[in-house]
Amino acid sequence: MARQIPLIPEARVDLLLIADMIEQGARVLDVGCGDGALLRHLRLQRGVEGRGVDMSWANVNTCVAGGLSVVQGNADHDLGTYPDQAFDVVILSQTLQATANPRDVLTHMLRIGKRAIVSFPNFAHWRIRWQILAWGRMPVTETIGYRWYDTPNIHLCTIRDFVELAGEVGARIERALPLDRLGRPFRETLPVSIANIMAPQALFVLTKTS
Amino acid sequence: MGNVIETETVKSSSGMQARREADQPNSLVAQFSASDPLPLDAGVAFQPLTVAYQTYGALNADKSNAVLICHALTGDQHVANTHPVTGKPGWWEIMVGPGKPIDTDRYFVICSNVLGGCLGTTGPASTNPATGEAYGLELPIITIRDMVRAQAKLIDRLGIDSLFCVIGGSMGGMQVLQWAASYPDRVFSAIPIATAARHSAQNIAFHEVGRQAIMADPEWHGGRYLARQAIPAKGLAVARMAAHITYLSEPALQRKFGRELQDRERVTFGFDADFQVESYLRHQGVSFVERFDANSYLYMTRAMDYFDLAGDHGGVLARSFAGTRTRFCVISFSSDWLFPTIDSRQTVHALNAANAAVSFVELASDKGHDAFLLDEPELFATVRGFLEAAARIRGLA
Repeated sequence: MARQIPLIPEARVDLLLIADMIEQGARVLDVGCGDGALLRHLRLQRGVEGRGVDMSWANVNTCVAGGLSVVQGNADHDLGTYPDQAFDVVILSQTLQATANPRDVLTHMLRIGKRAIVSFPNFAHWRIRWQILAWGRMPVTETIGYRWYDTPNIHLCTIRDFVELAGEVGARIERALPLDRLGRPFRETLPVSIANIMAPQALFVLTKTS
Repeated sequence: MGNVIETETVKSSSGMQARREADQPNSLVAQFSASDPLPLDAGVAFQPLTVAYQTYGALNADKSNAVLICHALTGDQHVANTHPVTGKPGWWEIMVGPGKPIDTDRYFVICSNVLGGCLGTTGPASTNPATGEAYGLELPIITIRDMVRAQAKLIDRLGIDSLFCVIGGSMGGMQVLQWAASYPDRVFSAIPIATAARHSAQNIAFHEVGRQAIMADPEWHGGRYLARQAIPAKGLAVARMAAHITYLSEPALQRKFGRELQDRERVTFGFDADFQVESYLRHQGVSFVERFDANSYLYMTRAMDYFDLAGDHGGVLARSFAGTRTRFCVISFSSDWLFPTIDSRQTVHALNAANAAVSFVELASDKGHDAFLLDEPELFATVRGFLEAAARIRGLA
């Protein structure tokens, strides 16, 4: 009996955005795949037999029951075990800021995948700047919805920070998409200085330079 | 109870029944004659071979729904039927049966007694047709790969080309990994549970304690005890007691027994079994002797000790699975210190390196290694979900 498993929920338009970047039959690794919504979408729409990594047993079990191959683990510990260029695309959606070593994670993504797709909340968004400036409190926003004492987000960064890190790990930025709070892209031509203020989150497509 | 464990099993009816099972099992048997020998890692072409097995459910017309269950060190083929010696339910009835995660209404389930066992498949307690006496230590040393070769002969005999799934825990999980490495095209999916691709130094050490306990028992008679109408019952019981501790966990022991006393108000200032945990262990040791052969225990623990899948592939585990198309679901338990999660992760990492379709979960349980045999709803949910998805992909109705 096939279970009815939800596909990408409406609130995650950023996942649909990612899905549209993936070619038919591509080899995909989704790091922090959650309940597998993106991987299932890719299987149905793109014929992708993807792989996933997620920390929670419940999420892994939902994925396994849906016929996906998903390993309970995390970006810090598991990416190092995949061979070079094992995937066409490695996806890290809204997870980079919660990893112990974002630089190592990004390096491994570029090693094991031909392309890396990374999305993250932008800590330089004007609402965040305003909350610190006006109230002197740690910001809580729609994209970063945790209080300071219970947040898993230990390595928050800004769009400018990420651009710099991408350069340091030898990544070429193929696309840089500033996203609104719902994950809908702004104009791609927005300069970084403006995007870094206006966009609550961003999505980057990287390849390895060489 | 006195200071030492009492083992009167030699004369007990279940003890006699257990010895009869070695040659005349209450199971289906497949005989392989001298013209069809089994090549062993020890370098011997072994014959004749008997494999005792149980089946549940029905093989479909395509012969595509067969699930092979590999049993653990002290398990046997009686997965889901009343045990012929102990009269107890099958050891995995909680997992296997109509409507269970391994659903016998959908799958044809096979479990054979392993090579070297004592419930009907050729082992040290079986009668050597060349001498008319039990093989004892005349039997060549058996490896996990030998066990799997014997199972493959059975699967051939049953006319099954490709198994839908091979599943097992502990030593059974070692066989699952060996199946996937030796016969990748014959294993559609594999579920190795609470196991490792190589036996650790600590585990070899525990096994050596057990073996020495058996061989130090004067009733062992250099392995020829059956010919002398004897059984190294005390040695085997002690081996079982020591091993049983490794199957549990400190929290599980504490919860179950704490420091509770056994049928007494205060300690006796002697070496009687004052504590419930002592009494429990003695019971485990004694009841084990009634259903298990001491030499079989030596052979099987040795097989586990020798298991090192990467050793067959230049020390690189990933090479064992190169090019595999098998779907894997690797499972470990958080409180298992005999086969800790790190062992399963090493397997998963090797499978990742081989680009295999692998899923992995570490299930939260405080029941230690034995959790794979117990009522663990998360385990059932994972196995059921993985098998249902695999069945859809294989096109099983």
